[in-house]
Amino acid sequence: MASTITTTNGEPKLWLGGVEPMKASYGKLMMWFFLLSDTFTFGAFLVSYGLIRYSYPAYSGDVADFTFSNLYWPIPEKVFASVPFLHGVYLPLVFVGIMTFILIFSSVTMVLAVEAGNRKDRAGVQKWLLWTLLGGITFLSCQAWEWSHFIHGTEEGTVITELVNNQWIERTIYGANLIENQYGPVAFADLFFFITGFHGFHVSIGVSLLFLVFYRTATGFYDRRGSYEMVEKVGLYWHFVDLVWVFVFTFFYLV
Amino acid sequence: MAHSHDHHVAADGGAAQRKVIWKTFWILLILTAFEFLIAFTMAHGTLRITIFVLMTIVKAFYIVGEFMHLRHETKSLIWAITIPTVLLIWFVVALIVEGAYFFEEINIFKFRN
Repeated sequence: MASTITTTNGEPKLWLGGVEPMKASYGKLMMWFFLLSDTFTFGAFLVSYGLIRYSYPAYSGDVADFTFSNLYWPIPEKVFASVPFLHGVYLPLVFVGIMTFILIFSSVTMVLAVEAGNRKDRAGVQKWLLWTLLGGITFLSCQAWEWSHFIHGTEEGTVITELVNNQWIERTIYGANLIENQYGPVAFADLFFFITGFHGFHVSIGVSLLFLVFYRTATGFYDRRGSYEMVEKVGLYWHFVDLVWVFVFTFFYLV
Repeated sequence: MAHSHDHHVAADGGAAQRKVIWKTFWILLILTAFEFLIAFTMAHGTLRITIFVLMTIVKAFYIVGEFMHLRHETKSLIWAITIPTVLLIWFVVALIVEGAYFFEEINIFKFRN
């Protein structure tokens, strides 16, 4: 997109985007390769998830008769069926659907901010970055609620039988943590915390970056620099976070 | 200096590009809504999983291609990003198959409720 960057005396810079392999600036290219390496990290999570998920038996009975048990992998729509302020109402996957919508929408507002940046339309960039920030923060808040609900569990809990000092005893457990899980095998909760947690960590970094570019846009930094490319680079990162969520949503909540 | 970092702004002031952005948004929204529909109407099984995975790949194509603009980059950049990703997908599939083998043959996880 960009032509050559020149130094103050008009010579092309050989580094910092002066010469552009693949016709992308240095910063954009490095962002692409960082995202590729991040893909490998999430790929590793997905590999672990796939391997562990398929080494457990699937629930084979009727969906209506489903109960939580650590004998088989749970049906996700039975685990994620609560919405804030609607206590005790069975609303499978509704909340995670709202979260998905928020993240996809924030991706749209981000790309609109990038487009406004191409036209050097400062007011437009500001407006769309604010919408994106709002989307990111809302998503994080939703995730905080979802985690809290997952950790605290349902009112009834699940009765498990365990071997203590050579005796089988019954005990009711509520919610999930890294060593206990009322919804199914412990590995299910572990993977949930690690995968959605790592994704949420990425979203929070994205929100910090969005704050930075919003501040710099609002104070006219990019106008003085003559380029809104930083908005574009943060945009690449933000879309990647959205992309990861698309995969998390499919493999954790739908399959 | 003035010409540095010039994005080629279209003659219509980017209106056509904004149209593409919103079109992509509707495609993603409809695909997601359709996934929900399948989640509640279709029986669990291999066919359902296949449909979900295919729809996810279509969504990924639109996000990476349009939002991240990769479709409009040079060919070498497109390949530099997609070839490693495709190999990674192969790796994921291979390990899922291995997981099924663990379950059927080795059964390293012991259960009792």
